[in-house]
Amino acid sequence: MSSGSEAEVTAIGSPVGPSGGRRDRLAAALLPPLMALALAAVVGDLLILAFGEAPREVYRLLIEGTWGNAYGLGQVLYKATTLTCTGLAFAIAARAGLFNIGGESQIAAGGFAAGTVGFLLPAAMPALLAVPLLVLAAMAGGGVVGAVPGALKARFGANEVIVTIMLNFIVLALLNYAVSSHLHVPETLHTPEIAAGVIPRLADFSSTFRGSAANLSMLIVVAAAALLWWYLFRTRRGYELRAVGLQPDAAEYGGVRVGSVWTRAMIISGAVAGLGGINYVLGYKHYYEEGFATGSGFLGIAVALVGRNHPVGVMLAALLFATLSQGGLAVNALVPKQMVDVLQAVVILAMVTSVPEVQRVLRAGLRGVRS
Amino acid sequence: MSGAERSPTSAGSGPTADTPLADELAIRMRGITKFFGAVRANNGAELEVPAGQLHALVGENGAGKSTLMRILSGMYEPDAGSVRVDGRDVTGWSTASAIAAGVGMVHQHFMLVPTLTVAENVVLGREPRRGPSFDRARAEREVNELGASSGLVVEPGRRVADLSVGEAQRVEILKTLYRGARILILDEPTAVLSPPEVEELWTVLRRLRDKGGTVVLITHKLDEVMAISDFITVMRSGATVSRIRTSDTTPREIARAMVGREVALAMDAIGGMIPSPASGGDGSTTTTTQAQPSLRGTDLLAPVPAAPPALELRAVSVVAPDDARRRLLDRVSFTVAPGEILGIAGVEGNGQTALVEAIAGLAQFTGELRLNGRDVAALGVRARSDAGLSHIPEDRQRRGLILDFNVADNLILGRQHHFTSGPSLDRGRIAANARQQISAFDIRPPDATLPARALSGGNQQKIIVAREMGRDFSVLLAAQPTRGVDVGAIEFIHQELRDARDAGKAILLVSADLAEILALSDRVGVMYRGRLVTVLPRAIATPEVLGPYMTGAADNPVDELSIANERATPVGRPRDGGRA
Repeated sequence: MSSGSEAEVTAIGSPVGPSGGRRDRLAAALLPPLMALALAAVVGDLLILAFGEAPREVYRLLIEGTWGNAYGLGQVLYKATTLTCTGLAFAIAARAGLFNIGGESQIAAGGFAAGTVGFLLPAAMPALLAVPLLVLAAMAGGGVVGAVPGALKARFGANEVIVTIMLNFIVLALLNYAVSSHLHVPETLHTPEIAAGVIPRLADFSSTFRGSAANLSMLIVVAAAALLWWYLFRTRRGYELRAVGLQPDAAEYGGVRVGSVWTRAMIISGAVAGLGGINYVLGYKHYYEEGFATGSGFLGIAVALVGRNHPVGVMLAALLFATLSQGGLAVNALVPKQMVDVLQAVVILAMVTSVPEVQRVLRAGLRGVRS
Repeated sequence: MSGAERSPTSAGSGPTADTPLADELAIRMRGITKFFGAVRANNGAELEVPAGQLHALVGENGAGKSTLMRILSGMYEPDAGSVRVDGRDVTGWSTASAIAAGVGMVHQHFMLVPTLTVAENVVLGREPRRGPSFDRARAEREVNELGASSGLVVEPGRRVADLSVGEAQRVEILKTLYRGARILILDEPTAVLSPPEVEELWTVLRRLRDKGGTVVLITHKLDEVMAISDFITVMRSGATVSRIRTSDTTPREIARAMVGREVALAMDAIGGMIPSPASGGDGSTTTTTQAQPSLRGTDLLAPVPAAPPALELRAVSVVAPDDARRRLLDRVSFTVAPGEILGIAGVEGNGQTALVEAIAGLAQFTGELRLNGRDVAALGVRARSDAGLSHIPEDRQRRGLILDFNVADNLILGRQHHFTSGPSLDRGRIAANARQQISAFDIRPPDATLPARALSGGNQQKIIVAREMGRDFSVLLAAQPTRGVDVGAIEFIHQELRDARDAGKAILLVSADLAEILALSDRVGVMYRGRLVTVLPRAIATPEVLGPYMTGAADNPVDELSIANERATPVGRPRDGGRA
């Protein structure tokens, strides 16, 4: 690891004694998710046995149906791409001490913006121009939705938990209205196909991925994760954002305008969630459809918690949750696919009860809801 | 030496000194060891206190005093060792049984319900009843009787929210006595009290002792130890290093036992000015005219140095965030010249926080604020810092440090914009800065990658001192710079402050510790209820002179204040001149 890696390990690690070296701190960061996984495996075993099946057989199916073949892998990568975006969105807000529950509406707004701008583009526009334009549109769409709670919090102290929950209802209703009464293709609930700016699928390069939704959006998302890592841990603004998240009073003492950081963090958070919209709209179906990402905003919260609000952790956690989700379909013949929902819940609960900063974020969120 | 003859022991000066028979001891703790994770808070600690003794438990921060007392009061269970109270083995008992056996602890932070009355707070959990309902009359009567017999006079019908800090503490002690405590443990009880309130507390504690009660006082203020205690137990690194009769020792000897080496005491610098009731208890107070050792040979009555002010406030007011009519800071005016330390004394909560935060840019204010002649009222925190203002905040864990950031990152807090190349932080320069500051200010352990949380309180404070004083600055706000810091670090920080002053820096020193103010300041101001009620040259500022100002009994703003007040208040005056 590079010279500055201790900074982020420290930031996500739990308090350590004076003797804690870098290795200890890394272990402190990695141990809780691994323990959570182990616990989930035990609970999974018990569940599978309760259904009268052999755990080994079910897990074999689960792996084969996901990482074991190109289609399954493609589906995992596709789902992980969306979850990485909503997870990163929650993570960066959490790093600034904010509890962004608005991922649902932010990703929808991002997909809507990309889809709408996309079908308005002239068909002749070269992809090299159209794709960046639509990516920016998606980020702008999510960013606008994220900016509202950020600015309200900075200006009036409005609690971001309540505002983002309310905005979920308002924004989704508005988008539904816009699509169903003005923009939809007759007989459907989606917008017209985009004219330019399609992101190629993996199946376009290799026929083994045929049928899977995986597309090159994932490269853009990985780049976004790398950029966020750099922003958080290598720039002055990232330093200030993390300072605000850990101790707003100390950040203020350090000359940071806390309100501006909150607004900026929520804009970035919304933009990253919005970016998740391109995975479906530009990479898979090529149109915006109502409810295309339902649930991924909320699952992103779990992804960020398990990934410890670190871009690398978020990507790994997104892969884990995507594997469980796709694996649930693969094992459906032996056990109900809801079993993986239970496993997800076990992972989340184990993380929540073991990780100090998760507890801190939750406490802050609860305080906000009560006030 | 008050009460020394009451001690049933003969003089001794070590842990092995001849001790009274075991069954005469109210408290006997032997070989107490307590681990928190890998940290050993107590390491074979010993404590022996006979009934009817005022016993001081002293030691640096982290020496294990509070842990030992929490074991005694049943909050923690020791990993090894035995605890006997009144000859009975009670090792590992619960707080409930400790209270039932008459062991009561008064914590540093009060645990009172502010909306309830004094009597309600005292009886809480043991309310006298008449039928199914609370017998208020009886509660108030009982509290009155208890107050009269112990000397802790507080009106039982008043709401706790309306009490002063000293009164709230009395309620806290009453609460403990109401539960039948005969062994009273007080954890740093004087931190929030003014000198007269401290005197009252001593009177109460002596009275308790004279009635056969046993008192253990946790403190690290040596003047208190000398003033009140009969016997002293000194702890260092979790172990008992010394057990001494107070009349047989000196502050210097105690300090050496606490730290393990020779230290310069703040009290030395002011020539033992803190009045010690133990040495002059019959009312012959120290005279204010006694010759003062002048710190830098300054003229006795030179009030303001001739240099133009580096920091200037004119009628600066701050209102409470939730109530615009309540002034936290009320038209405060003063100047601090280069090469001068202006000390601000006063009981905490009288506007000192608002004063410092207004100057630093952390609180909105009205009035004029000049830094080296330049009006900085409109500037933000960062711009004021760039204009030469350094700030050691009073609450280092809330304001001064990001505890989860590492030492290197904390050493640039507030100046992070000077450690960049483009949008990126310059990691190389941050690391170089950390290396240099860690060695210059002797921050231990010398590892810039540790989170600040992992360092001791004294070393955390050194991070802040290094950051704020190890850079180019002209004005320093030092708020409670040595609070909760051990004797060795206090000595170090005081020397840094003196060196900065001698190098021509202007320093505003705000401290609740009067000894610290008197040891360092060139002039001393006192704040009371948001106002600067006086500014005196150090030479005539003694605890006796300052005490009345600190409690609001005296009010004599100096001339520059009255001028400022007139300038600030014309709006409220009647203009029609009808009754001139």
